[in-house]
Amino acid sequence: MSVWVLKIIKMDLKKLEQTANLIRQDIIGMLLEAKSGHSAGPLGMADVFTAIYFGDVIKHDPKKPEWEERDRIVLSNGHICPVLYATLAHAGYFPVEELKTLRKLGTRLQGHPHYGVLPGIESTSGPLAQGLSQAVGMGIAFKMDKKKNQVICLTGDGEQDEGQIWEAVMLAGKLKMDNLTQIIDRNNIQIDGFTEDVMPLESLEDKYEAFGWHVIEVNGHNIEKIIDAINMSKAIFEKPVVIIAHTIPGKGVEFMEFDFKWHGMPPNKEQADIALKQLRTLGGKITSEHE
Amino acid sequence: MLNKDAKLVDNLLDEQVIVQKPTRDGFGEGSVLAGKENENVVMLCADLTDSTRAGMFKKEFSDRFVQIGIAEQNMMGVAVGMAMAGKVPFLSTYGVFCPGRNWDQIRVNACYNNANVKFTGAHTGVSVGPDGATHQALEDIAITRCIPNITVIAPCDYHETRKATLASAKINGPVYLRFAREATPVFTTNDTPFEIGKALVLREGKDAVIIGCGSLLYKALIVAEELAKEGLEIMVVNIATIKPIDTETIIESAKKCGAVVSVEDHQVMGGLGSAVAEVLTKNYPVPQEFIGMQDTFGESGQPDELLEKYGMGKEAIKIAVKKVIGRKK
Repeated sequence: MSVWVLKIIKMDLKKLEQTANLIRQDIIGMLLEAKSGHSAGPLGMADVFTAIYFGDVIKHDPKKPEWEERDRIVLSNGHICPVLYATLAHAGYFPVEELKTLRKLGTRLQGHPHYGVLPGIESTSGPLAQGLSQAVGMGIAFKMDKKKNQVICLTGDGEQDEGQIWEAVMLAGKLKMDNLTQIIDRNNIQIDGFTEDVMPLESLEDKYEAFGWHVIEVNGHNIEKIIDAINMSKAIFEKPVVIIAHTIPGKGVEFMEFDFKWHGMPPNKEQADIALKQLRTLGGKITSEHE
Repeated sequence: MLNKDAKLVDNLLDEQVIVQKPTRDGFGEGSVLAGKENENVVMLCADLTDSTRAGMFKKEFSDRFVQIGIAEQNMMGVAVGMAMAGKVPFLSTYGVFCPGRNWDQIRVNACYNNANVKFTGAHTGVSVGPDGATHQALEDIAITRCIPNITVIAPCDYHETRKATLASAKINGPVYLRFAREATPVFTTNDTPFEIGKALVLREGKDAVIIGCGSLLYKALIVAEELAKEGLEIMVVNIATIKPIDTETIIESAKKCGAVVSVEDHQVMGGLGSAVAEVLTKNYPVPQEFIGMQDTFGESGQPDELLEKYGMGKEAIKIAVKKVIGRKK
């Protein structure tokens, strides 16, 4: 690769990192305004969402959210919707100013995503595991119609406790659904504590392989690697793909990182100020993941 | 006297010669007709392909049939996903599993999304018989009709099931279709009118009205005929669509007769009788008696034995009618 190409890639990555940082700042701002909601998951997934919507890996058009040829991004763990909302707003699906209406009466930004009111939302979600089944259904329909649309479904690791996940995983494996990619937010926390204490999941990789899926593990804060993984997932033939994205809950805000108590809690004013200050000044910490 | 416009079968009152046919046959045939009319109609099944008659669709359109395995929660999610991508999915299994087992998926995926899915519950009511209480869906009307956006239909026989199946594929949004198990009397005909949301007066009368759904309506017609010999004119109304309910016909019949007996093979709490009472209490209160399961589970037995034991037989209906007439002011 020429120095010139490397420079371009580096510049693009820099821009993506800045976008992810802005998304994180908006998440903090939204949660502070809403006075309720989840902090750790949305912050931890900001890099993955940036890679999906800004990394040139999906077919979509924010100005035509109903475009038939778009790939479908299905958020199954609906409680991390602040990161989806912030990402969609920055991508141009709706005005960024609308983010501050999160969870308020009359808003299009419901506490958990509601299909049909906000552009870019592909399905209502909240009760866990249901998004994966719907993603499988979309994939089946596209295959029946010989359409090229890809389906990416985002799930949480705690969500893997649900029996319905494995019903959907079995069916996708049976049907060799190579138009389906699941991205699991492997941040090791859920409401009651660490996933391996609440209900051990390991080895997730072995489980998915046993169900006929192709498994890719990735650092969920390395945008370049996430983009690679998604591109790779599209190249895998006759198998659904699961990308296990290892993330740090609360990523970017020091006092939230790794602490499961921030799973379902918003910051107060003082905490939000500290968080925003860190994000604005310590952005380099996140950048360092790539170097 | 029978409503001529309902175009019921000629030999209606002869219990010995009336044709008996399972409602699920109507579903199988209706789904094939729907599949022919619309190439986006698809069928999903949870390992009960032949029993639910989904096999008739599979035979005709094998590439539009998805075998989900024994996973009703996943089946509902998958169906909704397919609907989001333009399909019109039918789901087939038993009522105890759908809506029994996957209610959360029905509420959030199908109804809150207002997804275009048509789910069917076969083998409902105590008249499922020998399989016993675990397999007798007796709460399905109650747990579906309370969800916004849904349409709930409980057809009365084979013909009406076929028409309801075909009609449900033509409206947008989630529909629950409730079927019986064994062969039940075919007392309507090809020409009997059917429209989603419209009740049908089967028999005219003035002393009391039996408002019912499902195959028990046949017993209601026999009871009405027997009571006619005692000088009582009993109206019989078929409420095939429990939601949205035909309030106009219910209010009219209450005004005309002044007393109601609701009849359903379902728990009396939250079912058709409750839906009728909700309409009348608000608009035109009259005495009402409730025929149905009285807050108890069923058991194994032959369908008619069970209907007798649990107070849904002809004698029980007759007693309820006389009682409600006695309560009129």
